[in-house]
Amino acid sequence: MLAVENLEVVYEDVILVLKGVSLSVPEGGIVALLGANGAGKTTVLRAITGLLDIHRGEVTKGKVTLDDRPIHHLSAPQTVAAGIGQVMEGRRTFVEFTVEENLRIGAHTAERGTVEANLDRVYTLFPRLAERRRQVSGYLSGGEQQMLVIGRALMAQPRVLLLDEPSLGLAPLIVQQIRDLIVDINQQGTSVLLVEQNANMALSIASHGYILETGKVVMDKPADVLREDEDVREFYLGLREEGASSFRDVKHYKRRKRWLS
Amino acid sequence: MELLSVVLSVLVRGVGIGSTYALLAVGFVIIYRATDVVNFAQPALMILGSYFTALYVHNAGMPFPVAVIAAMATMAVIGALTERVALRPMVGEPPFSAAMVTVGVFFALFILSFRLIGTNPISTGEPWGFARLVVGDFEFRQIDIARTVLSLGAIGLTGLFLQRSKAGLAMRATAMDQETALAQGVNVGRMFGLSWAISGALAALAGVMISAGSGGTVPLDAFIALKALPVIILGGLDSIKGSVVAGLIIGVVEAIALSFNTTLTPLIGENFYLVVPYIIMILALMVRPYGLFGTAEVQRV
Ligand SMILES: Nc1ncnc2c1ncn2[C@@H]1O[C@H](COP(=O)(O)OP(=O)(O)O)[C@@H](O)[C@H]1O
Ligand SMILES: [Mg+2]
Repeated sequence: MLAVENLEVVYEDVILVLKGVSLSVPEGGIVALLGANGAGKTTVLRAITGLLDIHRGEVTKGKVTLDDRPIHHLSAPQTVAAGIGQVMEGRRTFVEFTVEENLRIGAHTAERGTVEANLDRVYTLFPRLAERRRQVSGYLSGGEQQMLVIGRALMAQPRVLLLDEPSLGLAPLIVQQIRDLIVDINQQGTSVLLVEQNANMALSIASHGYILETGKVVMDKPADVLREDEDVREFYLGLREEGASSFRDVKHYKRRKRWLS
Repeated sequence: MELLSVVLSVLVRGVGIGSTYALLAVGFVIIYRATDVVNFAQPALMILGSYFTALYVHNAGMPFPVAVIAAMATMAVIGALTERVALRPMVGEPPFSAAMVTVGVFFALFILSFRLIGTNPISTGEPWGFARLVVGDFEFRQIDIARTVLSLGAIGLTGLFLQRSKAGLAMRATAMDQETALAQGVNVGRMFGLSWAISGALAALAGVMISAGSGGTVPLDAFIALKALPVIILGGLDSIKGSVVAGLIIGVVEAIALSFNTTLTPLIGENFYLVVPYIIMILALMVRPYGLFGTAEVQRV
């Protein structure tokens, strides 16, 4: 189990961005971490994967554990070796590499003997990548690039896969495909922490969800409960009122509306 | 026949020295691509490479080829250590500051090479000297053939390593996007060290090739290595292919200028050929500031 406990993160020694975040991803589960732009979702992932220091960030309180072993002081390569795989926000393929080179670099920490079998596995999951294996990845479509970076993360056979907004900027049909693929990957035995602004997609496959607002978890509930929650529906499921810019603003707006009527 | 023979010998000479310039330039490019730093210490690494070759030949009794390989290994270690001690603390600082650190490293190593070598030329025991190779009606200097084969061979092997090996893939990934490389588990710091090690080894070979066919190595030969600057500016700071093409262009143009030297001396003085690479560099900067094969965003330091 991957657990984040009471995590506090500060950038540049002064900017407090996470103010005591706790969440957990059970073995074999899919957990959604939702929140508006700037809430701190990516920062949570950086704390888990050892990427805070290159952003001048630091864990100042709390911890991250994988099966009770603290991992928040490990370097990025060490977290990969420990079994954490991640797909960063904005896809980040190595654009000058071919599809296959992108996948091979994903296996950098893996044992040599596993590489060919994992290539086969990824090409079976994503037949479109197999067709384009010699093509330079910069020329792939957005959806194909997303599949490529997910495949790249799988090359290290992670126990937990962290996905940062995989649906961002993709057409609804492609989002459906990505969603189904995440379910497939999960069923093959990888736990998933799915960071999304697209709550609809995330809550349709997650068993549990957390909602993050300016560095705090404001909701922590089973996914079906969140799906039915009025505030969540209003703000995160596309039923948002005009002008609302955060979860709290929605509440304000509603209060004012009640007062007026 | 007479003319053809002259043209051929000028070409062979130009390609020979140009290959060596290319080899020097590739050392700059490899470090630049991996770390975004222009390594001005490269010329000093080159001189130390010649020094160690001479040391291994004369004091350890190694055959010349073995001594060259041992000197390349030595300079690889010194390169990686330099990166670890002097450059690693600069990670995250502006590339310009890091480049200034390499200038400091240059002077430190340059002074060290004066200490070690002194002012008298030392010989690496290279087998070519002024020997000639006669093919039918043509006659070439052996050193030009050796320079071409060994320099381009070393560049080719480096390219193969970058293209085909696992570590080469990780180095190229680091060059493209450090954070994403980290996220794949690549130890980025180790890749920086590796780039310095490779450049150190290439510099050692370049040092031996430059001083071969002359009276030996002196520390001031480091300034010949400055010819790599016009080469990387013409070829692009981030392109190995560019280094090779530009190195050959500059070598050949310089050889042509040298062959006209006696004719031109009354007009423009005796050492005109020495400035030719820099004239090409200035022209290149005016026409294509990022080089023949370079990337447009590449920042100049
Ligand atoms: N390197 C950084 N230095 C300073 N502040 C940062 C840095 N990275 C992110 N932040 C700030 O931290 C907050 C959370 O950012 P982020 O984790 O990227 O949110 P999200 O992924 O939810 O959009 C934002 O206000 C952002 O401006
Ligand atoms: Mg984000």
